[in-house]
Amino acid sequence: MLQNRNARIGLGLLGPMIAIVIVAPVLPLPDPTATDAANAFASPSAEHWFGTDHHGRDLFARTLLGGRVSLLFGLGSTAIGLLLGVPIGLASGYFGGNVDEGLMRFMDLFLAFPSLLLALLILAVFGGSMQYAILAVGLVFTPRIARIVRGSTLSERNETYIEAAKARGESHTHILVHELLPNVKSPIIVEASIRIGFGILIGTSLSFLGLGAQPPNPDWGYMIAESRDYLYNSPWFMLWPGLFLSITVLGFNMLGDGLRDILNVEIEEQ
Amino acid sequence: MSKNKRSPSNQTMTRARTAQSTSDRLLEIDGLSVEYQLPDRTIKALRDVSMSLEEGETLGIAGESGSGKSTLALAILQYLGDNGNVSGGSISFKDTSLLDASDEDLRSIRGNEIAHVPQNPQTSLNPSITVGEQIAEVIRLHQGKSSTEAKEDAIGILRQVNISDPEENYERYPHELSGGMQQRVLIAMALSCNPELLILDEPTTGLDVTTQSKILSLINELKDEFNTSIVLITHDLGVLAETSDRVAILYAGELVEKGTTSDIFSNSANPYTRGLLAATPDIETERELKPIPGNIPNLDRVPDGCIFADRCEFVEDECRTGQIDLEAVDDGSGHVTRCRRWEHVVDEPLKTSESEGTTSGPVDEAYDSDRKLLEAKNLTKTFGETGLLDQVFGGEQPVQAVNGVDIDVCESETVGIVGESGCGKSTLGRLMVQLLDQDEGTIEFRGEDISSTSDAFDEFRKDTSIVFQNPDSSLNPQKRVYTILERPLDLLADGAEQDKDERIAKLLMQVGLGPEYATKYPGELSGGEKQRVGIARAFASNPKFVVLDEPVASLDASVQANILDLLQELKAEYNTSYLLISHDLSVVNHICDRVAVMYLGEIVETGPKSDVFNPPYHPYTQALLSSIPSMDPEDDRERIHLEGDVPSARNPPSGCSFHSRCPKKIGEQCEQSKPELEGTNAGGQDNRHRVSCHLDEEQMNEPVRET
Amino acid sequence: MGKFGRYLAIRSLYSILILWGVTLVVFGVTQILPGDPATMVLGPYVSEQGIELVNERLGLNKPLPVQYFDWITGIFVGDWGLSFQYEQPVYDIVVPRMLRTAQLALVAFLLVVCIGVPLGVVAAIYRGSYVDTVVSAVTYVWLAVPGYVFGILFILLLGGPVFYLFPSSGYVAPSESISGWFGHILLPSVTLALMMVAHVLRQTRSELIDTLQSEYVRTARLKGLDERTVLVKHALRNGIIPTVTLLALKLGSLLGGTVLIEYVFSYPGIGTLTVEAIHNRDLPVLQMSILLIAAAYVIANLIADVLYTYLDPRIEYGGA
Ligand code: SF4
Ligand code: SF4
Repeated sequence: MLQNRNARIGLGLLGPMIAIVIVAPVLPLPDPTATDAANAFASPSAEHWFGTDHHGRDLFARTLLGGRVSLLFGLGSTAIGLLLGVPIGLASGYFGGNVDEGLMRFMDLFLAFPSLLLALLILAVFGGSMQYAILAVGLVFTPRIARIVRGSTLSERNETYIEAAKARGESHTHILVHELLPNVKSPIIVEASIRIGFGILIGTSLSFLGLGAQPPNPDWGYMIAESRDYLYNSPWFMLWPGLFLSITVLGFNMLGDGLRDILNVEIEEQ
Repeated sequence: MSKNKRSPSNQTMTRARTAQSTSDRLLEIDGLSVEYQLPDRTIKALRDVSMSLEEGETLGIAGESGSGKSTLALAILQYLGDNGNVSGGSISFKDTSLLDASDEDLRSIRGNEIAHVPQNPQTSLNPSITVGEQIAEVIRLHQGKSSTEAKEDAIGILRQVNISDPEENYERYPHELSGGMQQRVLIAMALSCNPELLILDEPTTGLDVTTQSKILSLINELKDEFNTSIVLITHDLGVLAETSDRVAILYAGELVEKGTTSDIFSNSANPYTRGLLAATPDIETERELKPIPGNIPNLDRVPDGCIFADRCEFVEDECRTGQIDLEAVDDGSGHVTRCRRWEHVVDEPLKTSESEGTTSGPVDEAYDSDRKLLEAKNLTKTFGETGLLDQVFGGEQPVQAVNGVDIDVCESETVGIVGESGCGKSTLGRLMVQLLDQDEGTIEFRGEDISSTSDAFDEFRKDTSIVFQNPDSSLNPQKRVYTILERPLDLLADGAEQDKDERIAKLLMQVGLGPEYATKYPGELSGGEKQRVGIARAFASNPKFVVLDEPVASLDASVQANILDLLQELKAEYNTSYLLISHDLSVVNHICDRVAVMYLGEIVETGPKSDVFNPPYHPYTQALLSSIPSMDPEDDRERIHLEGDVPSARNPPSGCSFHSRCPKKIGEQCEQSKPELEGTNAGGQDNRHRVSCHLDEEQMNEPVRET
Repeated sequence: MGKFGRYLAIRSLYSILILWGVTLVVFGVTQILPGDPATMVLGPYVSEQGIELVNERLGLNKPLPVQYFDWITGIFVGDWGLSFQYEQPVYDIVVPRMLRTAQLALVAFLLVVCIGVPLGVVAAIYRGSYVDTVVSAVTYVWLAVPGYVFGILFILLLGGPVFYLFPSSGYVAPSESISGWFGHILLPSVTLALMMVAHVLRQTRSELIDTLQSEYVRTARLKGLDERTVLVKHALRNGIIPTVTLLALKLGSLLGGTVLIEYVFSYPGIGTLTVEAIHNRDLPVLQMSILLIAAAYVIANLIADVLYTYLDPRIEYGGA
């Protein structure tokens, strides 16, 4: 795995980020929600390593802790997307015919909306909150994942080992779970790692629009949104969350590309 | 109707010219070595290969996969890709050293003086440019002709390679042509600038026999006409015997033997060449196949001594040390072999004697109408029934894959189904194990309709099984061999009967693999080993009836014989019946008791092997048999060339489905009324040899007349 | 009807079906949105009677299927209803916004085509070289940095105290001032274009690399053709087909996917309108803006599929 340059860089970027996210809550950080109006828009200093925001809150603590929400968002939405998309894609590709038509036409309906807009709509129905935002993005991912899984399943299902299984009288469930799934796992893994990065991006976008993570707890997207009004007061305010966010997404993207090469997967980019 | 008799004169003529005058040497390869650089290792694809080609001569290069034969072709053209490089030796063409030629020189040589016909016609033509333009562009490039002239020339050359309606086909895109026509286009493209050297890389692989035979005659005709020198690369010895003046045999990147065609085919002095000859089934002789044991070695580590030593039956200690040089067998003809012990080797008889009877089963004993195991009646299967939308918008017709086929299989019998691609034979095989449901028709197993009760169906499922063509695809790459063999045991075998581990070990042993294979993944096995696992899986549940769907088609010749032998052994041991599906008449001839010939979803002739493969024939069977390349270079029997391609099964011809291509067609009757499968007199009173044709027996006996 | 004509007909019919499905979804979603329209129109403290009146006027007391039917027929005759919030015809609110977004999208699209495709081709030809490495690295970054971060950075650098080159927000109609229009539209469209350039570039590169390794390109080279002809005539044509369809899809998402960028640049387009409508529960506006965005998407998909089928002679004209 480390022979692949992309994968190596991806892991190199993700490793520290994930480590930070995991250990941040137990680090002796300043209180991320403690305001100090007198000390707003401070530049980086020994006391505030990353500077402070418009309320004088410590940006170092907020940035380190803000990753939690974003990462959770990426993982959570991807997990939901996989949970729904993989079975739909498998069934669609394997059974073909009317099952395929029905499922895919249903999925197409959701593909008629831009991702962010669909997430916004779903949130409009359920109300903006972290849980619903994750669910919404998971639902947005579902048809896209289903399509990829379906594509791989279609090319696998004509392999004669599937026929061999049918010839000995295996049940459909067995064929789907034990014969097909292991053989489409590579594209699923690749897609998942790219989706996580994408999920983080959408998640922060929703927070940016005020529909995801709720204040005052720190989140990268929300921090960037807040910083927007104070750009000229302090560029640091936006820089730190923006940088951390980008590095994380970059890490997942490169890991995904690396995995694609390692696992020898062909996925259409769309 | 075209028919063509090859003239032997050309061969004798060029053979006489084999004298060592360097003056008319066109191509000289000397000590060529080629390496491929992979991230973690280096593959020594060719090592110290030397050969030469005279003007007007056809040099055949034979080898199995991994022999380096395609690499050789690309090395001549100096097109080895980013990771391949020539690590030694020289290639000179006329007086130019190709290894030193500049890019510009190479460009003016490629396509102009040396033309290449690649292996895979389907992927080798640009899909979005008309075939005519793809030819015309070479003419414009190398001959500086105007577009109109180039177009005229291109149409002319399309006509020369026997493409009908060349003006019309000029404007077509590659995907609109059949495989055979695509191959012709590639040949036309290569010939368009009248090259001095034509390199043909597996020109007929993947084509049906009848098409192959047409392409081979075309090559022979064109050679006479254009006086082009040809390097022909193939794995098929029959193709070589048909076309070559001289032959070079490659094994694992080394040249192991070289000589005139008759040196090689009747006087080989190399154990590998002899092994290949003995392992290849030949429809004309009923002889036992002698497989070559083992596999081609890995080429990242080349062992000391003879590269073939591990598989050679003549091996002695002396073979395993030092470098084995090419030794001259016959100075006059230039026959050389890379073998230290060739003098012992030539003393042995070349081919195993005529049938010792173990492989070709005694023909008439197996059939016994009282011991019918399986009987299918009126099987019919149609694919792609059009949906509502298609009907509204005038979609395509459904495909009649299998159309009213009756077939029966007796206990311990092997029935063969032959036919070309698209004739429905694979669909029939799948129907026979109920991988597909028939639209019409019944299958009786041990006299009971399998759809009558679910018990009957379960029993059928338990007692039947299938072996697939491509072992890469038929084994789940994510499962260990143990798991692959375990599932059918769990599902179908009588559980308590035996210990699973023991049974799996026994199965592996029976297919010639050790118990250590149980823990391997398919990716760790060679093609032949995978097919053995596939066979073990088919036999796990003790089946009484096994469909063999092209079981050896994707394997190298030396491995094929192993697998065929294994199948024969297992049949004897398990007392199984086979339905063997194959496009290869030699294979069918080799192991079947009875044969059915299929064309467009129907059986056109059926009966005991000896009856079907001898007159009276159905005209289609006759054409098929005449198309098989002969392993005997002196053989120049007549070929029957069927016109055009197999018609679409969406829209089969009326009357006799073969009438659109039949060389013996007798007018309206054939076009309008469908002939029945009827018994021939020669087939004896029980009507076992049946033919569906309006001709009477005498007419069927006749050879095809020139028209 | 030719094969292609038949395909076109089936594919278009299918798009219409999808759009119809979209109207159902949109209508359904707006029905279950929390909140009562009348309260939204009149504010929280209204009498029963007032609600009755409003419901009557908005047709909200009719049965749902009738409402749906009225809505659909209204769309076709240009009667798109009244905005709850602005008390103006929806048509007059949504259409100008859509047109403004379209301007933004078109400028961005031009940038994507003019930058992404050529760079992708160059990267593929000089695969593994210095140029390729730099281009790949840059696209990775573009893909990872959220568009709104870029937007904010641009504003910070070019629209503010550092260099005041462009206005950072708003919109000026080209009829008023061409330079004003261009100034306002450039930053948001560059921002929009960045991520898509990265996508298109990567796709162009990888498809062209595949094509350059294909057997028919080998055939072309072995004919003795020079590298330029091989590239332009034999490789580009096939290698670019997937990119063309990707571009069509991108145009679709540009037309609808500009919410964030419009928001950052306070650009009065359909994206910001939609977000506003969600916040304000302005159902008639929400319905139509989503429907328009989805229509742009579906039509872009249709164009992409049809183009692909048209350009690639190998494709069999299957069903939808
Ligand atoms: S040198 Fe020895 S091992 Fe090699 S082919 Fe000859 S006899 Fe066999
Ligand atoms: S029936 Fe007529 S067309 Fe058919 S095979 Fe016999 S002679 Fe030929």
